[in-house]
Amino acid sequence: MHALTLPEAHHYDEMLLASGGIRPHYRDFAHWLHSQSPQTLARKRAEADLMFHRVGITFAVYGDDSGAERLIPFDSVPRIIPASDWRTLEAGMRQRVTALNAFLHDIYHEQHIVKAGIIPAEQVFSNSQYQPAMQGLDLPHRIYAHITGVDVIRHNDGNFYVLEDNLRVPSGVSYMLENRKMMMRLFPELFASHAVAPVQHYPTLLLNTLRHASLAENPTVVVLTPGHHNSAYFEHAFLAQQMGVELVEGQDLFVKHNRVYMRTTAGHKQVDVIYRRIDDAFLDPLAFRADSMLGVPGLLSVYRSGGVILANAIGTGVADDKSIYPYVPDMIRFYLSEEPLLQNVPTWMCRRPAELDHVLNNLAELVVKEVHGAGGYGMLIGPAASSAEIEDFRQRILADPANYIAQPTLCLSSCPTFVEAGIAPRHIDLRPFVLSGREISMVAGGLTRVALKQGSLVVNSSQGGGTKDTWILEE
Amino acid sequence: MMLSRTASQLYWMSRYMERAENLARLLDVTHSLSLLPQSRGGADIAAALATTGALDACRARHPQLAAADVLHFMTFDAANPASIISCLKYARENAHAVRGKITGEMWENINASWLEARQMAAEGRPLAGFFDWVKERSHLFRGTTYGTIQRNDAFSFIRLGTFLERADNTARLIDVKSHLVGHELDDSAADFYLWGALLRSLGAFEAYHELYRDSLSARRVAELLILRPDVPRSLRACVDEIAELLPRIQGDTGHRAKRLAATLHAELSYDQIDSILAGGLHAYLAQFLSQIHALGDAVHDAYLEAA
Repeated sequence: MHALTLPEAHHYDEMLLASGGIRPHYRDFAHWLHSQSPQTLARKRAEADLMFHRVGITFAVYGDDSGAERLIPFDSVPRIIPASDWRTLEAGMRQRVTALNAFLHDIYHEQHIVKAGIIPAEQVFSNSQYQPAMQGLDLPHRIYAHITGVDVIRHNDGNFYVLEDNLRVPSGVSYMLENRKMMMRLFPELFASHAVAPVQHYPTLLLNTLRHASLAENPTVVVLTPGHHNSAYFEHAFLAQQMGVELVEGQDLFVKHNRVYMRTTAGHKQVDVIYRRIDDAFLDPLAFRADSMLGVPGLLSVYRSGGVILANAIGTGVADDKSIYPYVPDMIRFYLSEEPLLQNVPTWMCRRPAELDHVLNNLAELVVKEVHGAGGYGMLIGPAASSAEIEDFRQRILADPANYIAQPTLCLSSCPTFVEAGIAPRHIDLRPFVLSGREISMVAGGLTRVALKQGSLVVNSSQGGGTKDTWILEE
Repeated sequence: MMLSRTASQLYWMSRYMERAENLARLLDVTHSLSLLPQSRGGADIAAALATTGALDACRARHPQLAAADVLHFMTFDAANPASIISCLKYARENAHAVRGKITGEMWENINASWLEARQMAAEGRPLAGFFDWVKERSHLFRGTTYGTIQRNDAFSFIRLGTFLERADNTARLIDVKSHLVGHELDDSAADFYLWGALLRSLGAFEAYHELYRDSLSARRVAELLILRPDVPRSLRACVDEIAELLPRIQGDTGHRAKRLAATLHAELSYDQIDSILAGGLHAYLAQFLSQIHALGDAVHDAYLEAA
């Protein structure tokens, strides 16, 4: 029998009710869990650790001398989502990504949304992520964000909210795939008793999306990585291998006659689509940061003349900035004439005096974030902060109000998770991946991240988060 | 077709592994020779170092050239880029960079070799055992490569690295021994140990007796190590492999490399030992080394750096 900790009454748990009742879509799993001895499950977890360790050793080795590696903890209780919930999520994300791509095209062309007074001009044009070099450039199919990771949470009201859109170089999809592989290996019987929607065709969908991004007849696709010192190198190598394309570094590419080529043993080979996993600033030392050793000199000029496709496009960061995020529902209404299917988290913009007042008066209840922050850094979680920390943050906000937004403290839903004392609820989020190509395609599911510390709401792997396999149950 | 950078890393991975093995062979034999009564100790070992180009660096660190210092410099000294431990480190670094292009077993093998060598260096293991261990790890790596990797361009570049390095090493070794003998053609009993040592360091002692069934002679040793296609570390055997590998690489680049390899192959196939010796063994080897270096440069230009 497992030591099972029940969720608190005011929390939303994906599996359990505070009374000990089990939600319908978890009933078969709970029954199975009940039939497993704690020893068997402990052995399976040790097996999983060992296998990830092997993959880690063979792929994600950091620092040449220590031979050390960083493994993101994997939890073997799946996060299960009923098909009806997924239908809402999927439709909402398609809608959202369609509007975001329309927004990016608009602000680099006619700027209708600014002229209509829906988004203030300075919010867009003085944003450091806005790239003037993209103005007037026509991209095939008007797609800017070919790959998007949308971070979604379920609040204790049972509804899903979009926390943020990741339109630059979203990562984590390799963990989604590796977690599924691991679960199928550890618990094949669960997949016989549950109709879990497959995710393993993601690399095929990604390759199709990237090929479609080019107008060339039979485009050559490559994955551009900063190199093996990058923390996501494992994912870059993994995706290149799964798609059967070359994993290149900046030094492998060069520009000649307004085309991009890679150096190969059979001579120079033209490259048509670059799935780049490096930031805008490092892409081309001639156009952006001159000290970048990671990029390709002259790349921007080829890109601007249509000689190569970058996925994602340059300058998408302006649309996933926290200062633009509050306007996404308006974008959906403006470009698609539809009501948003997924809700935004209510957001106060400290740049507006009235909202700043509200934020400063309610710091202890709010989450305050830097508009350009990422990875769980530079944020204040009011309810969890000491009064000294709150005062410190108050001064920071006052010094530069436009740099901050605030949101109510959301109570992320929880999911039972293996902890030292048995199984207990831990907070989770969800990052599905949206591919924009000939059409929008998604695999059912995504990456579920879990905050392993009791009570913690921060799921980022850099802050002690783990991951879970995510199951969409087909009906 | 593969990235030039990848090909280069595969090639250097196996070159450094082969270099570590050759160093272990050279030092093992030199080490046991230095224990003989007529030996000049460190100086003899230092003479062997001349083959690796590390002599000056060694003299700068250890002016006395004491045997133990020289041996340590060439085995466990991580500050010496030409030491065995450095070679194993570079082999592993290159393997790490092409982790996705080699098999898991190859990577685990080369990574374990490096980790274990570091451990042995820290513990100051006895050298004789270390040399045997290095040879064994190199055999194991080669065997793992043979047994697990797909026969594609990656395999060809790995093999090219092995045989270019081996040809270079064998030629240098014969050259330094012919100098040690002092006069190039002398079958006196005193030289028995030197020629015997050369054969042993190239793993060809048994082959010599099997093929000639006679006492050691400089002429026969030279013939064996230069011209015999059936002795795996002979110049001929190495060039046979290279000439066969190059045309197999996909694409129509590398004309110069292929022509140089074919020329060298033709020469070694039809040369005779007496005409080689008539022109002087040292002169012959110097010519061979410049040819093999030109070939290495041509491989670099065509495939590995493709500017």
